[in-house]
Amino acid sequence: MINLEIPKKFKPLATQANQVATEVFRPISRKYDEAEHSYPKELDMLASLIDGMNEGSDMGGAGAAGVRREKSDDGENRNGSNLSTVLGIIELCWGDVGLLLSMPRQGLGNSAIASVATDEQLERYGGKWAAMAITEPEAGSDSAAIRTTAELDGDEYVLNGEKIFVTSGDRADLIVVWATLDRSKGRAAIKSFIVERDNPGLKLDRLEHKLGIRASDTANFTLQDCRVPKEALLGDPEVKEKGFAGVMETFDNTRPLVAAMAVGVTRAALEETRRRLASAGVEIDYDTPALSQPAAAARFLEMEADYEAAWLLTLQAAWMADNSKPNSLQASMAKAKAGRTCVDVTLGCVELCGAVGLGESELLEKWARDAKILDIFEGTQQIQLLIVARQLLGKNSSELR
Amino acid sequence: MTTSTDTERNASVAERGMGFGLRQLNRLAGSDLLDRIRLRKQVERALFQGTKNGFRSATAAGRTFKAAQQLGKPARQKKGKSKGLFDLGPDDEQQMFQEAGRDFAAAKIRPAAHDADDACETPAELLNEAAELGVNMLGVPEELGGVMHEQAAVTSVLIGEALANGDMGIAYAALAPGAVATAIGHWGSAEQEATYLPAFTGEDVPAAALAILEPRPLFDPLKLETTARKKGDEWVLKGAKSLLARAKDCELFVIAAEAEGIGPALFVVESGAKGLSVEAEPAMGLRPAATGRLLIENVKLPASALLGEDNAKAEDYVDCINRSRVAWCALATGASQAVLDYVIPYVNDRKAFGEPISNRQGVAFGVSDIGIESEGMRLATYRAASRADRGEKFAREAAIARRLCAVKGMQIGSEGVQLLGGHGFVKEHPVERWYRDLRAAGVMEGALLV
Repeated sequence: MINLEIPKKFKPLATQANQVATEVFRPISRKYDEAEHSYPKELDMLASLIDGMNEGSDMGGAGAAGVRREKSDDGENRNGSNLSTVLGIIELCWGDVGLLLSMPRQGLGNSAIASVATDEQLERYGGKWAAMAITEPEAGSDSAAIRTTAELDGDEYVLNGEKIFVTSGDRADLIVVWATLDRSKGRAAIKSFIVERDNPGLKLDRLEHKLGIRASDTANFTLQDCRVPKEALLGDPEVKEKGFAGVMETFDNTRPLVAAMAVGVTRAALEETRRRLASAGVEIDYDTPALSQPAAAARFLEMEADYEAAWLLTLQAAWMADNSKPNSLQASMAKAKAGRTCVDVTLGCVELCGAVGLGESELLEKWARDAKILDIFEGTQQIQLLIVARQLLGKNSSELR
Repeated sequence: MTTSTDTERNASVAERGMGFGLRQLNRLAGSDLLDRIRLRKQVERALFQGTKNGFRSATAAGRTFKAAQQLGKPARQKKGKSKGLFDLGPDDEQQMFQEAGRDFAAAKIRPAAHDADDACETPAELLNEAAELGVNMLGVPEELGGVMHEQAAVTSVLIGEALANGDMGIAYAALAPGAVATAIGHWGSAEQEATYLPAFTGEDVPAAALAILEPRPLFDPLKLETTARKKGDEWVLKGAKSLLARAKDCELFVIAAEAEGIGPALFVVESGAKGLSVEAEPAMGLRPAATGRLLIENVKLPASALLGEDNAKAEDYVDCINRSRVAWCALATGASQAVLDYVIPYVNDRKAFGEPISNRQGVAFGVSDIGIESEGMRLATYRAASRADRGEKFAREAAIARRLCAVKGMQIGSEGVQLLGGHGFVKEHPVERWYRDLRAAGVMEGALLV
């Protein structure tokens, strides 16, 4: 039976996450936007609480580790951890996306580990905070072009290279580093390695100053003869043609999460703007045609319509993951739509609210700054459109570049 | 609106149809402008196309609707129940309707679309075949011969989407009578249900129209210019309604009017009522539906014509408006999918600068956007419909879906033509038709229901 409502069983979780967003995130949102690079210590206690939420349920809580795919082929409709995680993230990012990204043990590295780690690796690295290091100065969207190398030396891999834009890189316990086993073998040789943050071969170069998500630290590293045990390689160590595809599959699980972040920020801006418009005498009317209403109301309706599409595409992608349906098309659709909608809507809300929107006394301007990264990281708008196009057109990456 | 004399004002639709055709013909034939610009041949042909429905409706006799059985209280379809889980999978029954609709659209509707658009008419056989799929009785309660135990907004959406994937105008023509049946099945009194619904479950389904849209800019269905005045025990209706499918063939109307002392309300009006007339109203899109305008000039109706009679409620009218918006979203979604499915092989096959044009991001990203936005339209439409089926509030979801379908639908129609370049602009390809139809879907109010 077609039903696109939030499942009843996840409502308590969404409510809890919303309370966290309201009581913990919102009150310190501006503080850590201003105090860039200082650690939001308020989050430590909260992280333990969320660990507890994750432990205490089979539904993945609001954590980033909830994206591990369970096999299910009984044909029954499942609402599982992918969906609950997306719902939790939406609520938390309604509070503050920068703080969500700073949540201990909820990094995208955790999602990567959850997606592809063996049971032994899960055992070994579970409970730790993992950041993700893919981008290099000369390789952004083209992740197959990375230059960081990994050489097998006895029972250890030796990593050398430079990594930038590592979210939570300074604060995390682990960094999941992408490196190539053999640069001549192209993408098939790219693997991900778990590096402990205190590894002496991992040197922090600097933290970035940013447009938004300033509560979250963004680190640049140099890896110099950085030695990790053989077991630190995530997934299959063989250099195979399909290997890189396996690495990329992580994104099918994590893109809906980033889409969810964008959806949460978008909703925050819309709700605040709706209140501001109401106090200015403009109520949104759903029965009257948009164009028979004040221009501000019509604009709001259009933005809300884009929000709804982004929200539903995100739920769809997560639902498909829960039901073991291939979702890389839908994951990229969700990320593309949610990313651009978040930017358009938050900027639009600033305009509708005028000086109140632009001023730092409210959070609208902050959300508009935070929004932009959501259309960039975990695959830019253009990369998502490329993936969607290749899937729809049946093209490979050498035909449609 | 054409000029009318007192005798014509008292004529039936059937009689007026003939009069209209002849008068138009005469006026045009007398113009020497046509000869001066050497357009007489073309205009004569266009005139033939534009008015032949008029002649036909002159011979179509409005049937007599009579209550076959009498129920104590109106029968209603039950609300759907949800298992409380998010689910994008249709149930078995819905899937059956969806597949039947898709097969029919591919095998019968699409091949007929070009000519139907050109002729401003859908062949009667095609409409009969569509009726055999059961599309007109989805809103008819089981007690009155319907097939759906529960409310069928989602099923209606899936069928509308499937048929419009074949052609939006033909889908409109095929589904329009069902809107009248659904309106009566949802909000009609026991007497009205018993009188009118049996005709929609039989073999010879009457053409019928849910008449809400009026010919003016910034039309708002909550602020109607069509009025219903109380005069003793009677209602007197006056106004005009736009873009009704097969207006000239219609035997039954459900007409929205601002009712004195009530507000906007719906009235059941048979085509034989004195003071009704129709004129052709061909439009940019939806041409196979042979759209026409209904002129309502002091039409006297008994008190029992008010849909729902003593139980007519203001919220039922708003419910009707929202259900029709969802229905148009379904059609827009189906047509958008048609655009996507058509441009993909085209841009893959078409070569420029030595390779398929789809190898270029500027082209490929256009395809991506059609895919992304049409998927968003679909999901928003499904959400509104599924809420309606469960008896939940869905005004917000309907408004959201409508906004998406109006804005993105139009963009998709435009992008479809753009991706084919000059070839998209000519009628050899269907994209120019979808361009016109997708604009129409965002403008329509009423006319269809889920």
